[in-house]
Amino acid sequence: METQSPQTVVASTSPRFTLDRLQRVLPRLVTYVLLILIAAISLFPLYWLFNTALTPATSTVKLPPDVIPANATLQNFVDIWRLPGLGKLRIGGEPTGIVMSRMLLWFLNTLFIAAFSTGVHLLFDSMAGYAFAKRKFPGSNLFFYLILAALMIPGQVTLVPLYIMMTKLRFINSYVGVILPGLADVIGIFLLKQYIQTLPRELEEAARMDGASEWQTYARIIVPLSAPAMGVTAIFAFQRYWNAFLWPLVILQSPDLFTLQVGLSFIHTSEFGTNYGLLMAGAALAAVPMIIFFFAFQKYFMQGLRIGAVKG
Amino acid sequence: MRKLISPAIAGRPRLSPGAQALRFWHRHKWSYFFVAPSMILFSVFIFYPVLQAFVLAFQKVDLRGGKWVGLKNFVDVFASPLFRASMQHTLLYALFVVLAWITTSMIVAALIQPLSNKLQALFRGAFYLPNVTSVIIISLVWIWIFEPDYGFFNYLLSLVGIPRVLWLQNPDIALWSIVLSTVLIVPGSGVVLYSAAIGSIPRDYYEAAEVEGASWAAKLIHITFPLLKPTTLYLSVIYTIAGFQIFERVYIMTGGGPINSTMTIVQLVFQTAFSDFNYGRASAEALILFAIIAIFSFIQFKFLSTDVEY
Repeated sequence: METQSPQTVVASTSPRFTLDRLQRVLPRLVTYVLLILIAAISLFPLYWLFNTALTPATSTVKLPPDVIPANATLQNFVDIWRLPGLGKLRIGGEPTGIVMSRMLLWFLNTLFIAAFSTGVHLLFDSMAGYAFAKRKFPGSNLFFYLILAALMIPGQVTLVPLYIMMTKLRFINSYVGVILPGLADVIGIFLLKQYIQTLPRELEEAARMDGASEWQTYARIIVPLSAPAMGVTAIFAFQRYWNAFLWPLVILQSPDLFTLQVGLSFIHTSEFGTNYGLLMAGAALAAVPMIIFFFAFQKYFMQGLRIGAVKG
Repeated sequence: MRKLISPAIAGRPRLSPGAQALRFWHRHKWSYFFVAPSMILFSVFIFYPVLQAFVLAFQKVDLRGGKWVGLKNFVDVFASPLFRASMQHTLLYALFVVLAWITTSMIVAALIQPLSNKLQALFRGAFYLPNVTSVIIISLVWIWIFEPDYGFFNYLLSLVGIPRVLWLQNPDIALWSIVLSTVLIVPGSGVVLYSAAIGSIPRDYYEAAEVEGASWAAKLIHITFPLLKPTTLYLSVIYTIAGFQIFERVYIMTGGGPINSTMTIVQLVFQTAFSDFNYGRASAEALILFAIIAIFSFIQFKFLSTDVEY
């Protein structure tokens, strides 16, 4: 056997090591390397966002770029607070005397729109979800299928008619115009209906026998018990409003009323549009709340995704 | 008609129509109260505007009102070279993005499957993270990465001696740069859903196949792929819809340029409506998009539907 392969020799001399072991470790090693590589590419834009935001403006336009923020500074964040100018806080459409940085203004505007809309969603979606899940009434199936059918309609189809409607109602350049049309969204109703269906019927019946009114049954029994589904609904709604762009862009005209996303596109087309350190600092400020949100409620994000997929 | 009333119903005390209505109201008023806010919102802000879109598409519209023009808007849209170019760009974008997203998310899900639960959760989180920030933010970063003089991509190319590329300024390249910016981020939704689907495939299927001596590839083709079909169908439908609706990326990164080389349908709808103020034509364009999305979803259901249960 002069053609004995080198592997067999090695394997027979030290069976505990080398090829045998390598064969077991190698696939795992390749898996890790591949996964880390793909994850690094996927996460690179986010990394580059924060890297540039923390790099001094003078170091942004140089070669080679700083791949890690060597002279990290918060100067861009200070500048983004100042440079887009000042604006007046408006309450109920009327400018108040309160003057502040536009960036802060956009932050507060977005927070208000997202929080208010999310609150309304929780109320209306849980009411409808409860009715569809637990109450038999003429038209319930028709109503539910109509709402599901709305899922298939792309937002671009209703864009122009809604814009004309908002113009006629004089809701252009107002938060009423931004918030109202977005409230017709099916995801929350669907999530809550699916969840409330799983609650035992006895609970409601017991409440009714104790003399609770229909509203009390909903408010004191159904709402507290559907807290997990409410959480998922709230997260998805808040994320949707926080990241919304096209509709606020179409409706809002005064920079003082802008949301963060619209404000960022406004800075991008302004004189500061090529100051990437500044732009990235602004983008980072808009991204951080969602990132924190994600780390805090990761479980709910994943759950919502799976419940959402069931309907497909 | 009276004669047709069955004895069973006729035997009950006859209520006047008014009393019947009152009883109906008392029995169901709370149900209608609970669904009313949502039904009103959907009617006013979705169903009515959709009908309105069909009306507008056959009209010449300004803010004072509309004038019927028949099929003129549709004829104009189909005759427009810009619309055909937008359609072509949108189709290319959607095709490449759907294929890439389905492939990469399936590969990633398959790769994380053998890991411990903790590591799986960590990787799922890492892949989902870029998806929680807005497309606007991600697009602004890509503009910076694509920047001709100091951008990261041209820096990487310079390391291997390739001269700078005008990623977003060259009309032959710009659309592909936008595709690249989309496919380089693995979609978290795909990873999470594929990972759940792979996890629920019973182990004994693979064990049985191994007993029969099936190769790694055979197991993939005969067990994994067929059982992942429902997930693949769902993801390919939602990714196709998302692909056809591409707007924010284009709006921020190129605005449809240079020389309309990245014009997509929604960007065109946006410009027709809010730069040209041609509401009728914009509605026609949006309805054509709607029809295309419906057709593609239908085709995918036709080809990928399955009644696999496990």
